[in-house]
Amino acid sequence: MEYFVQQLANGLTLGSIYGLIAIGYTMVYGIIGMINFAHGDIFMLGAFAALIVFLILTSFFAGIPVALALLVMLIAAMLMTSLWNWTIERVAYRPLRGSFRLAPLITAIGMSIVLSNFIQVTQGPRNKPIPSLVTDVYHFGNITISLKQIIIVAVTAVLLTVFWYIVNKTPLGRAQRATEQDRKMAALLGVDVDRTISITFIMGAALAAVAGTMYLMYYGVATFNDGFIPGVKAFTAAVLGGIGSLPGAVLGGLLIGLIESLWSAYFTIAYKDVATFALLAFVLIFKPTGILGRPEVEKV
Amino acid sequence: MTPGTNTMNNNDTILKVEHLSMRFGGLMAIDDFSFEARRGNITALIGPNGAGKTTVFNCITGFYKPTMGMITLKQRDGDHYLLERLRDFEITKIAKVSRTFQNIRLFSGLTVLENLLVAQHNALMKASGYTILGLLGMPAYTKASAAAIDKAKYWLDKANLTERADDPAGDLPYGGQRRLEIARAMCTGPELLCLDEPAAGLNPRESAALNTLLHSIRDDGASILLIEHDMSVVMEISDHVVVLEYGQKISDGTPDHVKNDPKVIAAYLGVEDDEVEQIEEQLDEGRI
Amino acid sequence: MAQSSDNNSLMAQAAKEALVAAAVSFGLFILYVGIETYQDINNALVWRTRWGLLAVFVVIAAVSRFLVVGFIKPHLDKRKRDKAKAGIPEVSDGKNFFQRNFLKIALIGLLIYPPLSVMLAGTQGSLKYVDNFGIQILIYVMLAWGLNIVVGLAGLLDLGYVAFYAVGAYSYALLSQQFGLSFWVLLPLSGILAAFWGVILGFPVLRLRGDYLAIVTLAFGEIIRLVLINWTAVTKGTFGISGIPKASFFGIWSFDVGAANNFTKAWGLSMSSAYYKIFLFYLILALCMLTAYVTIKLRRMPIGRAWEALREDEIACRSLGINTVTTKLTAFAIGAMIGGFAGAFFATRQGFVSPESFVFLESAVILAIVVLGGMGSLTGIAIAAIVMVGGTELLREMEFLKHVFGPDFTPELYRMLLFGLAMIVVMVFKPRGFVGSREPTAFLKERKAVAGSFTKEGHG
Repeated sequence: MEYFVQQLANGLTLGSIYGLIAIGYTMVYGIIGMINFAHGDIFMLGAFAALIVFLILTSFFAGIPVALALLVMLIAAMLMTSLWNWTIERVAYRPLRGSFRLAPLITAIGMSIVLSNFIQVTQGPRNKPIPSLVTDVYHFGNITISLKQIIIVAVTAVLLTVFWYIVNKTPLGRAQRATEQDRKMAALLGVDVDRTISITFIMGAALAAVAGTMYLMYYGVATFNDGFIPGVKAFTAAVLGGIGSLPGAVLGGLLIGLIESLWSAYFTIAYKDVATFALLAFVLIFKPTGILGRPEVEKV
Repeated sequence: MTPGTNTMNNNDTILKVEHLSMRFGGLMAIDDFSFEARRGNITALIGPNGAGKTTVFNCITGFYKPTMGMITLKQRDGDHYLLERLRDFEITKIAKVSRTFQNIRLFSGLTVLENLLVAQHNALMKASGYTILGLLGMPAYTKASAAAIDKAKYWLDKANLTERADDPAGDLPYGGQRRLEIARAMCTGPELLCLDEPAAGLNPRESAALNTLLHSIRDDGASILLIEHDMSVVMEISDHVVVLEYGQKISDGTPDHVKNDPKVIAAYLGVEDDEVEQIEEQLDEGRI
Repeated sequence: MAQSSDNNSLMAQAAKEALVAAAVSFGLFILYVGIETYQDINNALVWRTRWGLLAVFVVIAAVSRFLVVGFIKPHLDKRKRDKAKAGIPEVSDGKNFFQRNFLKIALIGLLIYPPLSVMLAGTQGSLKYVDNFGIQILIYVMLAWGLNIVVGLAGLLDLGYVAFYAVGAYSYALLSQQFGLSFWVLLPLSGILAAFWGVILGFPVLRLRGDYLAIVTLAFGEIIRLVLINWTAVTKGTFGISGIPKASFFGIWSFDVGAANNFTKAWGLSMSSAYYKIFLFYLILALCMLTAYVTIKLRRMPIGRAWEALREDEIACRSLGINTVTTKLTAFAIGAMIGGFAGAFFATRQGFVSPESFVFLESAVILAIVVLGGMGSLTGIAIAAIVMVGGTELLREMEFLKHVFGPDFTPELYRMLLFGLAMIVVMVFKPRGFVGSREPTAFLKERKAVAGSFTKEGHG
């Protein structure tokens, strides 16, 4: 039982990170119906930005409080990825909006290749380890929960609330939902569609940066190709939860995190990703709209 | 196939819909709806917006599974098929019922001719020995494919599209696309052709061309079931009219009968029952 | 006067946009380019600045933005306006000799390519041209043509195509080692096994549409790769399988060095692996031609037309009595079979297979070639394969760049970076790929190409 709870805690942490990335996928897919394949690499850029800022901070201010350092890393990473995603949308995706459906997908795959190789070229192909930032752990009986895990879950919960509020209660969220429903009509009613889409990309990128910073804090290492696997899993999470649904993305992320840690704990660690992907296939085959997705009625 | 003999005692009936009901969540879109269409007739299904006409169509052509009811199709050679038990493509392939769509669904990137060849898929598939014999260049397939082109030419001629045969279907004007969709449905060799608002959006000239096409289809031996909004089209070409309102049948008979049915007038004009008589008077005076 | 003031405002506009581009690129690159992280002697991660390189990036961004806004865009707009004014038809009728006989010339060129490279570069020197360029590109041509049936014709977005390539490769590798079967028995068998897997994987997922299908196929591709990695008892995991037997010359001559009926011995040639590579070149060329032949033939058959109809409108297909499930399955199975053939060829060419060769990136590259070439067009796809694969291979050869950028410069690192950039650039400027139009499969009077704007890309 204690072992199970321990695995639950680990799964929750991992799932929170997937969920944060998944929100970016789900929002972009919701608003322009495109799989932003490069989103996983935006997450990786976020982790690298946090890493570089961390190095600069520790070399200039040796005794900086950890909380402050984390905050600065977080903000810097969010700014960085926001700028990147904004630029990417402007340069590579906007010209293709409304064209042939596969063109943006191919462009996004190309962008994913470019981003990971760009980091490989500029920062080198090796693992980048950093010393542990947060080391506190708490014991509850035989269960060990680290402060890192608590921070990650708490940050996810807070951000989910904030974003849920933005999407459901603010004029910006209304513009996003309107654009999602019918882009042309939204434009006719005075919604600045370009701006709304740009902001959606920025929001997704900021969350990916948070996920990247958390990932760096949790594992203490970043590599240029860190974007792919978490990216695919986060997309899986978004689809699992019901693409287009914000709580669905987090729920999907948590589910995948839990499956991964429980599978590794009770079966074999080797096939944990197989379990994740098999689950995805099962869910899509039997409930193609995901867990919280709206059913899609076939129009004849 | 129906086991009973009394389900269809009228030899002239091609389609018999009995107690058809369709529920979407809490909404009863079709409620205990029954009607018959006769062989060689043009039967029209009319009704105000949202009456459930397209839903009935989708049940007949297998795109929806009805909640309740029985849809029986009787072919020329006497075979009976229960359409609600067939899958959508089998309804065309086996029961020989084909359809068109309210918002035209052509293969816009294929040429007009190719659209008509795709419609002959099942016949050609068989002739090509499910591709294998055709790949080996067997003469049977060569012959079948020439026959398919001839059949396409026949319908191109009927639909007045021969000139445009090699153009992409998406390039045709609206009326041409409508006629092509009908010609394509005819290329499947149906006994019953179901048309969903064929005259919608046509100008008077295109409308006239459509009427000619429909009459020639009927004269060729296929029966037609159509949904229509435009009363003038319905009254002009149909032999038999069924009126649907809120998922229920409110009238059934010849165009003249239906035209003068107070319930129909009320449904179309949305008036109180006591005003119906007043409307009827106006009708008689020819003011509406 | 008006012209020059127009010009001035244009230049001011260009300068302004160049400044914005400089500011944005400064922001984008300050951390990743401006700062370099590396491990010092103690293995601790440290950093240093690279302001010079950052400045280069910013200047390049600003200058190119200036040129685009100030010169290239006005030029393109003007050309478009002139064209619109003159009303020149897009397609010119007067094709020259080269255009009319393009396919024949290309085929002859391919046939004489190996002897030509032997003549020009010598037996040993030809290896590079025949193997690295010729065979490498042709494998991708074949894979892309195979995927084209699934994506280009049937409109089913498959992001896990490499799985079937892997099934073919491992089928050959394992069966040839376990049972000692020859290449010529296993080539068809590998294709059939891959097609079998195509049907098994395809059956449950083919009713999914669009992006859902894409993501499930991606998942299946990853599952197959992960099984190959983890099922060590059979696949030897990440170590891979080595010592895969070479293909023989139709069982007549062997290319194994020790064999009695060795090809080079039988023909009295000097020992060189070049002959085997030349043989493999013709083998893959023949496989490509077979793929092309089957594709062209099938397009004109009811099944091929049904595929294209499916891409255009699935609901209309069902209304015409077409069983869309079996139609999709055949497309999936035939595509998979071609992938399987290519996989078996790949295994015999490398002599070694490992899961490394079947990563998602490969699927992405193959799909990119299909889309960049213009979905459905065999010629366009072949051109895309030559440009994308050949272009990146060429980069390996650019030794002279070392003289420009210093000896530490490894052009290969930039291979995928440039590949990705090329994907983006081609898509932004030619979203329909190199060849956007479609050849009709039947005609009454004349065969007119269908413009790309009419064709659809499928919904699943």
